[in-house]
Amino acid sequence: MARLHEYQAKALLTQHGFQVPQGAVARTPREAAQIAESIGGSVIVKVQAWTTGRKAFGGVVSADTPQQVAEHAERLLAMKVGNFPVTEVLVEERVPIDQELFVSLALDDAARAPVILLSLAGGSGIEDRAADVHRLACDPQTGPDDDQLRGLIAGSSIDKTLHGQVTQAVRGVFEVASTHEARSLEINPLVTTTDGRVIAVDCRMTIDDYAVFRHPELGIEIARELDHPPTLLERVAYDVEQADHRGTFYFAQLNTAAEPDTKGLIGFHGAGGGGSMMSMDAIMAEGFTIANFTDTSGNPSAAKVYRAARTILSQPDLVGYFGSGSGVASQEQFWSAYGLAKAFGELELTIPAVIRLGGNSEDRAVEILQDACAQLPAKVQGYRKDDTPRTIAQRFAELVNDSNAKPWQPRAPRVPGFVGAGTSFAITGGRVWIDSQACDAETTRLVVEHAYGLLKDEAGVPVLAVSEQDAAGKDSEFIACEIELRRAGKPVVYVELDVPGLTEAVGCVAAAGGGN
Amino acid sequence: MSILVDKNTKLICQGITGSAGAFHTKGCLDYGTAVVGGVTPGKGGQKDANGLPIFNTCVEAVKATGANATMIFVPPPFAADAVLEAADAGIKMIVCITEGVPVQDMMKAKRALAQPKYAGIRLIGPNCPGIITPGACKIGIMPGYIHVQAGEGKSGKNVGIISRSGTLTYEAVWQAANHGLGQTTCIGIGGDPVRGMDFIDCLELFNADDETDGIIMIGEIGGSDEEKAADYIKANVKKPVATFIAGRTAPPGRRMGHAGAIISGGEGGADSKIAALKDAGCHIAESPADLGSTIAGALGV
Repeated sequence: MARLHEYQAKALLTQHGFQVPQGAVARTPREAAQIAESIGGSVIVKVQAWTTGRKAFGGVVSADTPQQVAEHAERLLAMKVGNFPVTEVLVEERVPIDQELFVSLALDDAARAPVILLSLAGGSGIEDRAADVHRLACDPQTGPDDDQLRGLIAGSSIDKTLHGQVTQAVRGVFEVASTHEARSLEINPLVTTTDGRVIAVDCRMTIDDYAVFRHPELGIEIARELDHPPTLLERVAYDVEQADHRGTFYFAQLNTAAEPDTKGLIGFHGAGGGGSMMSMDAIMAEGFTIANFTDTSGNPSAAKVYRAARTILSQPDLVGYFGSGSGVASQEQFWSAYGLAKAFGELELTIPAVIRLGGNSEDRAVEILQDACAQLPAKVQGYRKDDTPRTIAQRFAELVNDSNAKPWQPRAPRVPGFVGAGTSFAITGGRVWIDSQACDAETTRLVVEHAYGLLKDEAGVPVLAVSEQDAAGKDSEFIACEIELRRAGKPVVYVELDVPGLTEAVGCVAAAGGGN
Repeated sequence: MSILVDKNTKLICQGITGSAGAFHTKGCLDYGTAVVGGVTPGKGGQKDANGLPIFNTCVEAVKATGANATMIFVPPPFAADAVLEAADAGIKMIVCITEGVPVQDMMKAKRALAQPKYAGIRLIGPNCPGIITPGACKIGIMPGYIHVQAGEGKSGKNVGIISRSGTLTYEAVWQAANHGLGQTTCIGIGGDPVRGMDFIDCLELFNADDETDGIIMIGEIGGSDEEKAADYIKANVKKPVATFIAGRTAPPGRRMGHAGAIISGGEGGADSKIAALKDAGCHIAESPADLGSTIAGALGV
């Protein structure tokens, strides 16, 4: 569920007729002071971070003067929540609260419908007043039952003159959630004020990832559950996913350092939702910390798997690369093997990699991976459906234990010398290079043999057999061709594939000749 | 016997001309499913690569072919409408493979399907691998070759399989097959928070099916369906049930691939699900690799 910041959610509330405290968001202490000045009087300064319990760590403070606001903002804007820096604070008027209410809506997995929770009893801490919480199941089209809602409010201690406004607010929660396809929306507290207003003082909102595509108004960059603003690598991964719809690529960054008492930080590359989760369970049971949760499945292209592996290997300090998903994937696993072999090969992998490639074409997949990676400094092993995740997790632990490799540091891919000099043509997201000079008759024959009909022999050198347009989407086939030629000891084809933003994300400078 | 689909199932594919729809239509045909046509609006009157007739609407397809099941591959924004279109055409078995259907769309579709005029309709999915009765009918994207027809396993015993995860369904099938167990029917109910059939719907059918000797049920973190299924099993199911729950080590608040696989607000964790299932007398597999031996052991195989 993509999250909105408090101030973003409040902006949506006001569009739907809610009253929220007067205020604005600030990115510098100076801006914060200016906002306080224009509000006048006592204000509240709140960090904008996707976390609960902001008060407890001092992320919500009150201030009486713009000078105080600036001081608080300076401190808050230097804070980190989790590993992630706070970049925004919300400066708001201090509301004269009479009663505190609670209202939330969630798309309830059990009810398969929106469910509103409502507490009209006042007081603090929803947890402390569970008995006073009313549950209103909603019709997804029409919302809460009006009679039930009015009855609840009529029986509460809320000032009668405000009943209409409170009813309207609860209905408004349904309308906002429905309009913007929230998976959850919480106003805690919704307050009545001593001057007769009903105001949403705080608001948390998450949006259904699957519906983000029809809500450009929300400005959500990455439609994924994140407990932090997307990291650079998460942005890179999301862009890869958006640009290539062959199969799915899900990437979530979890840790940047090994947990204490674990065997180290590892790259995790799963396949299939459930298969990835059980593989994660297996590798964590073996005592590792996973740097990321990655899932490439649904018959992903070799190019997508390659980009996934490049993304995973852009995190430093990994002691190994563990790939395991379903053992019986209903996808042609050799494409994944090609993608991994390309990434491992050009990054000259030094840390052990264990990959379970069970499923369709698993024998071919394992052979491709192991053979293509045989010359690497790292041990790279492929496994099949009969090798259980537990077994391969143990095998992985042994390899990591036996390895003398230093923890992985991201590096630029090693690019052959003929790139930039040889013949080439563009494909989607990159360019295919052929070292024509090195192509004798036999090599050309090999290239053509492994080119899926895309290349032909013309005057002894391989050239495109189809139009550039028809070749453009064949990135996976060209990757396969590159790997097969590498296996044959004739590395005359190279597929240069962009991973937009990756170099910037790791601050990785291409080292001459690769390696570092 | 099998449940839900068999030799008499006549299947159409909604979205038959899309790449996934075309690919898997062929896969189902090759498996032996009676695929009778497909639907792609605007392409009515044409034939697909297999020579199957294409129709503009489900109503036309049903009228011309007598189809009683559909497999939906249309893109996410249109998938819920496709479900209702199939229901309106009188199709009783609707399998929605599409991943990424907005939750609100599914809630509305589910609410619509609850109307009396749609009584008897079964929806599986979305975001699921589909359903297969080995040797008779495959609807979906699962690899057919791993399955063993009921009665054909060495042990002579058969299991029914229900799973929220596609990939783990295959894993369970493979395990069962290796332990000499045939499969009556295998159902991937899907990884989304709002879906058609749930565990209990399937448990009820497997429990009543004479040929199904035991049940494998695979859950994952998120929601409370496994807990509810545990209650149901405790009260109603007399056959052995082997279960595995994926995502024991998942951090709270992070979605693990599937849209429904998220621990939030202290709910949906694996441990409470496992505890409930254990309490219901289920045989717990610690790893999916143990599913086969677990159910085989429970069946005395």
